[in-house]
Amino acid sequence: MNVSLLLIILLVGAFATYFAGDKLASKVALLFSLVALGVSIALLNSYNAGENISFFKFWVNKPAISYSLTADGLSLIMLLLTSALTPLIIYSSFGTEFKNAKSLYALILFMSFAMTGTFLASDGLLYYIFWELSLIPIYFIALIWGNGDTEERKKAVVKFFIYTLAGSLFMLIAFVYLYQKAGSFLIKDLYNVELSRMEQFWIFWAFFLAYAIKIPIIPFHTWQAKVYQKAPAVGTMLLSGIMLKMGLYSVIRWQIPITPIASKTYLPILIGLGIAGVIYGSIVALRQKDLKKLLAYSSLAHVGLIAAGCYTLNIDGLRGAVLQMISHGFVVVGLFFAAEIIYRRFDTRVIAEMGGIRSQAPKFASLFMILVLASVALPTTFNFVGEFTVLYSLYQINVWFAVLGGTTIILGAYYMLKMYQHVMLGETNTKVFADVTFHEGFVFVIIIAVIFIFGMYPKPINELITPALDQILRTLNKIQ
Amino acid sequence: MNTLIAIIGLGILCLLFEIFDARKAIIPIVVIGLLAVLGLDINEYNASPNFYYNNMIVVSKFSSAFSGLFIILTIFLVSLGHKFYENHQTKISDFIAIKIFLLAGAVAMVSFGNLAMFFLGIEVLSIALYVLASSNRLSIKSNEAGLKYFLMGSFASGILLFGICLIYGAMGTFDITEISELSRSAELPIWFPIGIVLIFIGMLFKIAAVPFHFWAPDVYEGSPALTTALMSTLAKVVAIATLYKLVTTMNADISPAFQLVIVIVSIASMTVGNIMALRQINVKRMLAFSGISHAGFMLMTLLSTTKSSGTLLYYTSAYALAGIAAFTVILYVCKTKENEDVTNFHGLGKNNPLMAAILTASLLSMAGIPIFGGFFAKLFLFTQTIQAGFIALVIIAVINSIISVGYYFKLILAMYTKEPNEAKIPTPTIYYAIAVISIVLNIALGLFPSFVLDLL
Repeated sequence: MNVSLLLIILLVGAFATYFAGDKLASKVALLFSLVALGVSIALLNSYNAGENISFFKFWVNKPAISYSLTADGLSLIMLLLTSALTPLIIYSSFGTEFKNAKSLYALILFMSFAMTGTFLASDGLLYYIFWELSLIPIYFIALIWGNGDTEERKKAVVKFFIYTLAGSLFMLIAFVYLYQKAGSFLIKDLYNVELSRMEQFWIFWAFFLAYAIKIPIIPFHTWQAKVYQKAPAVGTMLLSGIMLKMGLYSVIRWQIPITPIASKTYLPILIGLGIAGVIYGSIVALRQKDLKKLLAYSSLAHVGLIAAGCYTLNIDGLRGAVLQMISHGFVVVGLFFAAEIIYRRFDTRVIAEMGGIRSQAPKFASLFMILVLASVALPTTFNFVGEFTVLYSLYQINVWFAVLGGTTIILGAYYMLKMYQHVMLGETNTKVFADVTFHEGFVFVIIIAVIFIFGMYPKPINELITPALDQILRTLNKIQ
Repeated sequence: MNTLIAIIGLGILCLLFEIFDARKAIIPIVVIGLLAVLGLDINEYNASPNFYYNNMIVVSKFSSAFSGLFIILTIFLVSLGHKFYENHQTKISDFIAIKIFLLAGAVAMVSFGNLAMFFLGIEVLSIALYVLASSNRLSIKSNEAGLKYFLMGSFASGILLFGICLIYGAMGTFDITEISELSRSAELPIWFPIGIVLIFIGMLFKIAAVPFHFWAPDVYEGSPALTTALMSTLAKVVAIATLYKLVTTMNADISPAFQLVIVIVSIASMTVGNIMALRQINVKRMLAFSGISHAGFMLMTLLSTTKSSGTLLYYTSAYALAGIAAFTVILYVCKTKENEDVTNFHGLGKNNPLMAAILTASLLSMAGIPIFGGFFAKLFLFTQTIQAGFIALVIIAVINSIISVGYYFKLILAMYTKEPNEAKIPTPTIYYAIAVISIVLNIALGLFPSFVLDLL
């Protein structure tokens, strides 16, 4: 068994979903995504047993491109994140009726396919193809099934597409240039290629443009809030839960090891940008009137901290960043799902029009509360582990970075609790709010279980990712 | 050579069909004939190179590979004619025969060994195109397009002929291998580079590169849609392939000054084409400008001539197949419409999801999004151009790719976000078949790029 099986299942699943018709689409999609989850767990087992689960085949002779998929601990954890979140996201949408549902679910699976490919590819060009491929489904998901005014949505989504494409095309130039030097797109050759300082700087910034837009890091974040607001709940979950992590993963996998000198030179600037994102995102989140936009800016803040962790270039930073990627993935999906549930009942996303939900729906209120607390990194939650490790790594670089980065917890607690107060507490709302259904409750319970289990026992994940991250750091420090 | 003779024979056969009043059978028979010709061409590819009639015709791998592409494109265009000329049944044999003769001109243009043959080929192609452009004789726009194209085209032919004469004056021969050998000598008469430049200008006109592009939008808009499809796919591919052959065979090494000219023309073409395309509301005009920008991209192959013929073949195949798919959808949508404005495409995603998906795919291919052929075409082109040392040009090309997304997506947005303005119109099966086949071929190009890339 090797990792290409996972890709095949997801791709076949996408087609099967499309041909299953509108009625069955959601169930078929769920089935295939669960099979994919099963396969990724089986792959994890084989990996732990020391089996070879990588796959390699030549594809194009000149220029030499190969269909090469490699799984190490880092890839596997991202794989698990993707394949665990995909069924959750599909399942969470069971309460909503979609027009042309077969295309929507097919696109979701196709996107999962492309993102899985991005996490697995160990050939620069293959990686780029998957990277770009993931953009097309989300574009259509946000465009066709999104909400709000069509014209405004169109503007937001097209801006997002052109922005992201522009960034990644510069990455393509960087890859082509690297190919020039190395004679191969394979990652192990790219790690070993000799680059002058000047070349590294150019390549570093070309990569940075692609990743900073995708993550997003300030000042490339302008597309984010609008798209999150306008996309349908499933689209927002896919974007914030998994797609952002593509950028962060790529920083660790591609950008830092290929251009070590540049990464070290720009370290303060990059951490500074990450922390600026934390503070900016938190402050802007305070002022938001739209629930989804507030969550979007809170996501910007969290991701800023993760990016800062990636760029610390020490093992704690990288480890914390990966842990935080996983936990943020689950928590943000849960939060957006909560927003979606409120929208299903109240038909609004404006915070001022909500309130008094707790008295009508106590179960929902407590589930939402746990997610809010997890998001502000309460100890024993998964987020606490990640955030604390990142802050510790920032402290090793400079104590002020840690102090400023730490504001994420304080500001986060402030805006999240304030939001909770306005949305859930207060006077009883005149509108009726039914408590969570079984489907909805199930999604929450899974997410909360993951958050607490790994919050108290992160060791298995740590053990999985540490060797891979050590390997990357060794590459980084080899060339001085 | 056999290919060329067979094509001309097929064209004459078409004319005979009219005499025997067998117009109904014409398109199936021609398509079968063209498939047979494709077989001949593949045979010739395997047996190449061959020289005929004192090097008048040279059948090389280059010429037969490109001829194969032209034949495939012609098969698509001829099959589309079945529905398109529904209302002109009496004239159908003329339309088809002209297309076959046009193909003969195209094949002659890539397999010439002598400048006289080259000029014959280009004239056969151009005259066929003039006729096709004005073939909708009751439409004033079509007449305008034909006349405009004819006037500008004959002007370009004049320049081309003048260039050929100057080269003859300098070298004393029309044979391109002899010219190539003579051009290696140290002392070249001044007429030679001037002649080359004039030929270059004439060909830039044919591929509609800036600053010789002014005819393209008007002619594309005015001509019947099927002719526009032919111009933007077949005619453009033929012209760029011929230009490539002329530049690489006659002029052994390209001087830095000439390279600078190519770089400037290429940048100007893609930038002007893209920026003008952003403002268009007529889809045919928009694709005309997009074609101008693609001409700029294709010109980049001239910068690294040693091994870029495979890339050129790949780029042109991906571009032409996407073009065929796009135009099939345009033909379908605008069949009953006055014009080809973007508004006609509103709500196509709801009315006819398959056609909308095909148009989306072909536009994504032109924009260079993976997994379509267009992406790899651009990738190989960029790789080679960076190898040749023109990194700044590649960066400008990339910026242009981003701009191009703007107008390609305008059409996609119109299809998916607007409400349809009328009920669904039935789709002829042949349109479905051709659109699907061409887009599947395009994706297959993307999945197995080596297949085409290694032909040359």
